[in-house]
Amino acid sequence: MHEQHQILYKHRFVEGIKGIDVYRNHGGYEAFRKALTMTPEAIIDEVKLSGLRGRGGAGFPTHIKWASVPKNTDQEHYLIINADEGEPGTAKDRDLMNNLPHLLVEGCLIGMLAIRARKCYIYIRGEYAEPWQNVQRAINEAYRAGFIGKNVLGSGMDFDVYTHLGAGSYECGEESALISSLMGERGMPRLKAPSAPLYTVSGAWQKPTPVNNVETIATVVPIINMGGAEYAKIGYGSPRSRGTKLTSISGHVKKPGVYEITLGTPMREVIYDIAGGIRDGHTLKTYIPGGSSTGFMMPEPLDYPMDYEGVVTAGAMLGLGSGGLIVMDETTPIVPVTKRLVDFYHHESCGKCTPCREGLNWLAKIYDRILAGGGRPQDLDLIWDICDNVRGKSFCGLGEGAIVPVMTSIKYFRDEYMSYIKSGRDLVMV
Amino acid sequence: MPRFTSETKARIDEIAGRYPDRRSALLPALWVAQEVYDGWLPEEAMQEVADHLGMSRAEVEGVASYYTMYNKEPVGRHHIEICQNISCMILGSDDLIHHCEHRLGVGSGETTDDGMFTLSRVECLGACSNAPAVQIGATYHENVTKERLDTIIEQLKSAPSEVAHPAQAKMPEQGQF
Ligand SMILES: Cc1cc2nc3c(=O)[nH]c(=O)nc-3n(C[C@H](O)[C@H](O)[C@H](O)COP(=O)(O)O)c2cc1C
Ligand code: SF4
Ligand code: FES
Repeated sequence: MHEQHQILYKHRFVEGIKGIDVYRNHGGYEAFRKALTMTPEAIIDEVKLSGLRGRGGAGFPTHIKWASVPKNTDQEHYLIINADEGEPGTAKDRDLMNNLPHLLVEGCLIGMLAIRARKCYIYIRGEYAEPWQNVQRAINEAYRAGFIGKNVLGSGMDFDVYTHLGAGSYECGEESALISSLMGERGMPRLKAPSAPLYTVSGAWQKPTPVNNVETIATVVPIINMGGAEYAKIGYGSPRSRGTKLTSISGHVKKPGVYEITLGTPMREVIYDIAGGIRDGHTLKTYIPGGSSTGFMMPEPLDYPMDYEGVVTAGAMLGLGSGGLIVMDETTPIVPVTKRLVDFYHHESCGKCTPCREGLNWLAKIYDRILAGGGRPQDLDLIWDICDNVRGKSFCGLGEGAIVPVMTSIKYFRDEYMSYIKSGRDLVMV
Repeated sequence: MPRFTSETKARIDEIAGRYPDRRSALLPALWVAQEVYDGWLPEEAMQEVADHLGMSRAEVEGVASYYTMYNKEPVGRHHIEICQNISCMILGSDDLIHHCEHRLGVGSGETTDDGMFTLSRVECLGACSNAPAVQIGATYHENVTKERLDTIIEQLKSAPSEVAHPAQAKMPEQGQF
């Protein structure tokens, strides 16, 4: 079995690590001290060397995002942290915020230095009252210890870190919708480059506001501590997938949990060793590699490296996703599960663009009919056509993601649909 | 009868000071209002938020209606929210929901006659590795079984109502929250 590096989670199980004293006794805020002696360019260079890519779903290189922030300091810049975690199957940012809130706060401070920002907003989904309390408590402690506030550590710089609670909307995790929501609007996505300036140039309040995922920003702490080049040595797969990935493993495995997994570890090891394999007496039917939007995959191939490139070569339509691995055994009824996801996306669609709004509305109706026993043979082609009309045509990633579980379920589990259509019965559920 | 006291308004003003513009305090202000108005947002609550932030009530309502956690109707003393999404579903959350509906004698989205419980189906709570997950007030319950849910419900009957959400924390200068 491949060694699993514990970079982010090195101190995850240390008693009291939530508190600033224990965190500092384990090297906490040393990376920030180091970063204070570096130029913004030098920080971004380390992140570039590390190969760090976004851990929130899209996998965009973090250093490019940061380098695109204008270098002038005469206007206010803001760092925005995406803690809206809502992608079904994903529970890793919550685990990090509950257990290592200071790692997040320290990452925010380094991120602010890198982009010359002095204020940071952490957008936390409304359901996360407990993570929010843990993070806010860490922020308060960091203020009192002088890591946030006025003239931090004698640097002459003032920093502020604020939390902002969402109020129940999956779409607000989409970075431009998150910006709308932060500004007190409905969570609607905004026009993107090239039709509009990058958010890193003109985002929230028309100021440069890059958005980073919780795990991404926390990972900057060990990168500054160990150096980007060292970090880049970690990984068993693609040269473009370096480091580790927090992954919440759920479903029919013996040891579900949130694990820090070294990128490139074979998927078979992830499911059978790290997660302990399928529960006794059952077999692997299918799995979703990184949150519901990444769709169903089959038990073969399974020996590919779990990383940004590996899952795509194994056939995933949307890549590694958010780090929510959902494992399902043969008792899983694919059609009802897919319907539940369709209803979810339909409910969460913000309604701004026609392909997603109308497409998901139709899909929801067709699934209702199929499950009620009124399915027709031509329904599968119809579903496929609707998906084709959403694919590549929706305004944001919600629509694009919504159709992936639908298309992959039809591709791999056509017989389960046909059973509903022919006899109104589920092949799996008794 | 307006319910915002000068203390409520000061709280919202402090929050508004964190953003480049006042409007951005709308979501946190609605949280404060929901706390002050016993867990939901009647028209008067939105009017008070609108007045205090210098917006129209229509604007405030337009935003509030977008977000599922702002309650547009009164909720029970305890709001039981059961995750129905994929990881919980494949580990029996539908059973849990049906069990709860039976036991409380209400459907999902409804409140018991005595105003004690509201039951809702919700989407992924981010507790998938400990499915099925149930949120009650601000508290998560994980790896929930029917038996455990029964025990929790019994205990809640004599427990004080938990405010849906602690509103935004105060900054340390204003003291610990
Ligand atoms: C519908 C939708 C929901 C999303 N939800 C989240 C989320 O909850 N957390 C997150 O970090 N990224 C989410 N994303 C991805 C963000 O748009 C964005 O790519 C990410 O926050 C960038 O940070 P990163 O580069 O550090 O990954 C979502 C995207 C879409 C389309
Ligand atoms: S794809 Fe869906 S969620 Fe995204 S803008 Fe269009 S309607 Fe809104
Ligand atoms: S699917 Fe239920 S908590 Fe994620």
